[in-house]
Amino acid sequence: MIRLDLSEKGYGGVPVLGPMQLRVGRGEVLGLSGASGAGKTTLLRILAGLDSRFAGTLEIDGRSAMVFQNPTLMPWRRVIDNVTLPTSATEEQARAMLARVGLESVADHWPGQISVGQARRVGLARAFVTKPDVLLMDEPFASLDGARVGDLLELTAALIAETNAAVVIASHAAGELDALATRFARVDGRPARLFQEERVRAGS
Amino acid sequence: MMRAGVITQGHEREQVERRPEQEANRRPDVPVALASLIALVLVWAGGAWLLNDPRLAPGPQIVFPTLWEALVSGQLWPDLSATLIRVLFAFTLAMGIGAAIGIALGASERADRWFGPWLTVALNVPALVTIVLCYLWIGLNEWAAIAAVAVNKIPMVAVMLREGMIARDPDLSDMARLYRMGVVARLRHILIPQLAPQIMGAARAGLALIWKIVLVVEFLGRSNGIGFRIHLDFQMFDIAGVLANALAFVAVMLAVEWGILAPLARRAASWRQR
Repeated sequence: MIRLDLSEKGYGGVPVLGPMQLRVGRGEVLGLSGASGAGKTTLLRILAGLDSRFAGTLEIDGRSAMVFQNPTLMPWRRVIDNVTLPTSATEEQARAMLARVGLESVADHWPGQISVGQARRVGLARAFVTKPDVLLMDEPFASLDGARVGDLLELTAALIAETNAAVVIASHAAGELDALATRFARVDGRPARLFQEERVRAGS
Repeated sequence: MMRAGVITQGHEREQVERRPEQEANRRPDVPVALASLIALVLVWAGGAWLLNDPRLAPGPQIVFPTLWEALVSGQLWPDLSATLIRVLFAFTLAMGIGAAIGIALGASERADRWFGPWLTVALNVPALVTIVLCYLWIGLNEWAAIAAVAVNKIPMVAVMLREGMIARDPDLSDMARLYRMGVVARLRHILIPQLAPQIMGAARAGLALIWKIVLVVEFLGRSNGIGFRIHLDFQMFDIAGVLANALAFVAVMLAVEWGILAPLARRAASWRQR
């Protein structure tokens, strides 16, 4: 469960996020849309606890994980270590999760030897192996071509369904949010506010 | 033979052709290095022959026997070991304190704003001034000698480590914080690998600088060590002795560089080639 009551977040005295309330319960997937630079990443960093310099309160129930905008892998560690070292997952758990995302054959490769699409899958494996209660995803499919995004969307949707976590996914691609989110909100304005959108995902 | 390499930069991934000379730079070429050193000795011999003044410009045919005599007579070893011990202590102190200062300044923008100018001042204090002041303040003893050398080297290590901290990937630090990696794990898996090039650079440049300063320190205020021996040779106008003593220590430092530091640096950077 995520509960954020934010009155203001600024950088150098300039407010970038205005008053907003955000609630995401277990099993819910909130899709955050907004133009580049609107404040989606700032909001996700607050939710992840990576930025505590804001006016307001944040409550997170349980363990958080995040899929970053960049794959954020340690290039000096093999793929398997990139899953086990940050998360304390056992090697067996990590290999099983890597197999789940289709990367069992590159588990012992170095990050420099795999493609960007594969690196993003490693990021997914690292997040999901922790069995998170709260999952934050920041443009998880950026810079991938259409076919790769399609595969990853399908995989991500299946993994989210298995975790039953409270999920917030930020993307400027409406199609990605449509495929994953159960609720939608838009980050807009200066300072940015959160506008809940009434639409719900088809079939949900 | 051209070999395709793969680099990843931000979101982009591209195939690049790594040039053969870049590959060669990564591996030591012992035969070429030896040939190069032999060529240097030949140039030296040629210069000495042209000058034709064995007292002022002794060639290798005079210096090498002088060095051999010092070696077999046992006169060289006490001085060599005294200098090596001073280098080792000063190097350890300078790397430890310099790295701590550099990491602190690199981690805190405010600290860097306030104390960065101090580093610039420290970098520009002449080594001789530090040495003289240490001898005057602490006395003509071993502690003053080691402190003088370490104080000279600390600012350079701090600056290199500070730049490494500033250039580190903030996303990796965020990832470590989010997944609550412990302090030791963060140091071992996130921070040190990113700072390895700066640490190795500071160590290699530092060692080369430190032993030269140690010689000055010994020249000015110690009663043993290669610097002290060079002082005696200087008073006797024994240029062959000066060169023989210097050669002995250059050989030791080359052995440390090739035998310890260069392999360590290659190991620290080995993941880049994969």
